[in-house]
Amino acid sequence: MRPVATTRSTAGLPTGLLAVWWVVASEIVIFGGLLSSYIMYRLSHDAWAGQAANTNTWIGAFNTLVLLTSSLFAVLGHQAAEKGDGKKAARFLYYTIGGAATFVTVKALEWNMEISHGFTITASTFWSFYYTAAGIHALHVIAGAIIMAIVARDAAKGLELHRVELIGIYWHFVDIVWIFLFPLLYIAK
Amino acid sequence: MAESIPSDATPAHDDHHHEEPSFASKYIFSTDHKMIAMQYMFTGMAMALIGGFMAYVFRMQLAFPGIDVPGYGLVTPANYNSLVTNHGTIMIFWVAMPVLIAAFGNFLIPLMCGCDDMVFPRINRLSYQIFLLSAIVLLGSFFVQGGGFGGAWTAYPPLSAKAEYSLTPLGSSIWLIAVALEFVAFLLGGINFVTTAMNARAPGMKLYDIPMVVWMIVIASILFMVSVGPLIAGAIMLLFDQVLGTAFYDPDRGGDPILWQHLFWFFGHPEVYVVLLPAVGITAEIITVFSRKKLFAYKTVLHTAIGTGVLSFTVWAHHQFIAGIDPRMAHVFTLTTLLISIPIAEMMFVYIATLYGGSIRLTTPMLWALAFIGEFLIGGVTGIFLGASGSDIYLHDTYFVLAHFHYTFYPIAIIGTMAGVTFWFPKMFGRHMNENLGKIHFWGSIIPFNFIFIPLFVLGLGGQHRRVFDYTNFPDLSLPWMQEFRVIATVALLVMLGFQILFLYNFFQSIFKGRKAERNPWNSNTLEWTTESPPPHGNWPELPTVYRGPYEYSVPGRDKDYWPQNEPV
Repeated sequence: MRPVATTRSTAGLPTGLLAVWWVVASEIVIFGGLLSSYIMYRLSHDAWAGQAANTNTWIGAFNTLVLLTSSLFAVLGHQAAEKGDGKKAARFLYYTIGGAATFVTVKALEWNMEISHGFTITASTFWSFYYTAAGIHALHVIAGAIIMAIVARDAAKGLELHRVELIGIYWHFVDIVWIFLFPLLYIAK
Repeated sequence: MAESIPSDATPAHDDHHHEEPSFASKYIFSTDHKMIAMQYMFTGMAMALIGGFMAYVFRMQLAFPGIDVPGYGLVTPANYNSLVTNHGTIMIFWVAMPVLIAAFGNFLIPLMCGCDDMVFPRINRLSYQIFLLSAIVLLGSFFVQGGGFGGAWTAYPPLSAKAEYSLTPLGSSIWLIAVALEFVAFLLGGINFVTTAMNARAPGMKLYDIPMVVWMIVIASILFMVSVGPLIAGAIMLLFDQVLGTAFYDPDRGGDPILWQHLFWFFGHPEVYVVLLPAVGITAEIITVFSRKKLFAYKTVLHTAIGTGVLSFTVWAHHQFIAGIDPRMAHVFTLTTLLISIPIAEMMFVYIATLYGGSIRLTTPMLWALAFIGEFLIGGVTGIFLGASGSDIYLHDTYFVLAHFHYTFYPIAIIGTMAGVTFWFPKMFGRHMNENLGKIHFWGSIIPFNFIFIPLFVLGLGGQHRRVFDYTNFPDLSLPWMQEFRVIATVALLVMLGFQILFLYNFFQSIFKGRKAERNPWNSNTLEWTTESPPPHGNWPELPTVYRGPYEYSVPGRDKDYWPQNEPV
């Protein structure tokens, strides 16, 4: 049973929505700290450009496309949920999870290839950042996919449809982090 | 606590009450914000005893080098490092934060905002469970090979990053994991606090009707939320340096140890305000109630607190004046650091202005609140010397810094907490604490506190460096007067710790045997006093509506000198 507090909305916004935005705010500073550390190092180490040349831009671009498409499904799922169509919303969320699974699989193959070429996390500080930043991001992808599966399961039964929007917000955030990581790790060479 | 709930409670709450919950679901797995507040408070108290014991052990070693410390034994240099490190860590992250923010936040936010619980009760419970886990992990680090982490609570690399320097290969990683878990717990808690105060207030409670302590805890939670991220990222990098052998902070392999200092202090300085603001808020509640006056300049205090929060993100490098930062940058950070003393000084003046002309009642909580103002002022004024980059070059890493730090954190974590505990005790447990014992405990804590740290200020000015295990190895630092001062500080600490036994006796005795408290023993205005003491599950049979601000004391033309927020016009 929910307390009365959960159903109140003094600020005029649903409570869950407010909370998700605060989650995103606290996540932004985690990646903000990591990426600004990376940028500061990158600016003072010209040699990193050469090391970054070993990352595979095409694989990165493919994964970018996958994540952006999965975000589109999250939006379509939200639209369906707004109309009260839980089944359709759940279907779109499952597509999004498919995108997440593709992303993580490609990432695993990519890392496998790089590690076999000797580019391990200790190869240089560039590679340390590469694996740390992309690894923390990948954990967010996996966590988001798990939560999305729970939301989708409820949505398919027509329950808690407002959560479709909330997980969508989180998913867009995960997507945007990648939009920062992609140029920093794959394009700037 | 169960005993303190009167069995003849009002019949009105019976319809909320179905079945007597089992012991585990009531005390351990409860989602009730009041029970979670108690869990945080008692865990924090237990950790305070452990942290206090550590201070006792290393102060004994400093005053009487090589002594076989009663209750501990011989202190080795490695033990010493581990004790000072974990004393700092525990007192900040496992005492000040859980008690000031989590315990008071959990207890007060729903009660003062007039709702029945936090907006996410189960996340709230999870927050405490993760916090408890983090405490167990931290304490566990003492029992692994090499012992607890000994690289100081700021964990500067390369000392913290390399096992061959810190000599605690496992302890340092466990320390990092414990701190990270603790941050997760407070992020979950903080989201609850902010969202509850924003969205679940009683009908009629406008922004400027929110009691100051709720505002302060909310601002503190937001500060924590937006400052801790870089340190989480930094902690992951440090953990990788320790465990995987990366070189983020290793200058020999292209890393930079100063990066850690930036990431740590970008969080570390706002953290000061994260714990300060709740204490300032608690003081505001107490001072208005016991001087029977409206809080002087409510809106100004609020805007100042928000301004302080913003400014606190721009001062962090004042911890790094001797870390080789650009002197021009040092000027900028000197300027911002000196600026931030202005809003805090203003808050203190506001409290003094609130006292002016009031009918002051020197109850135990009021004594603590007044002591907060007086003692924190000393901490604030000595901060000016450290914030100015010129004088900091001499004072850096001396006991002057240490004494300054304790003159800010002791008022926050101990005085502020004691003020809050003695003030809300009747509401928490339905009984009164003993006033006489409370006053004896107050004086027995405050006087020795000054005798601990004033000698340390003097020693610091005399050049006594921090983090030294045994000063007899340094002829210039072991002059007779210096050793005498160390003994004075240690004896004062023993006296102060002794008086805490009196507090514990008074606290636990009063929970079970204290004089019964009515709903509103202090004649206070805020909503928590309008329900039973202690409040039932769901807080009110019918949730209150708010008609006015929280500080309408001694309003002319009314027969009572207080005007509860929920009383219709």
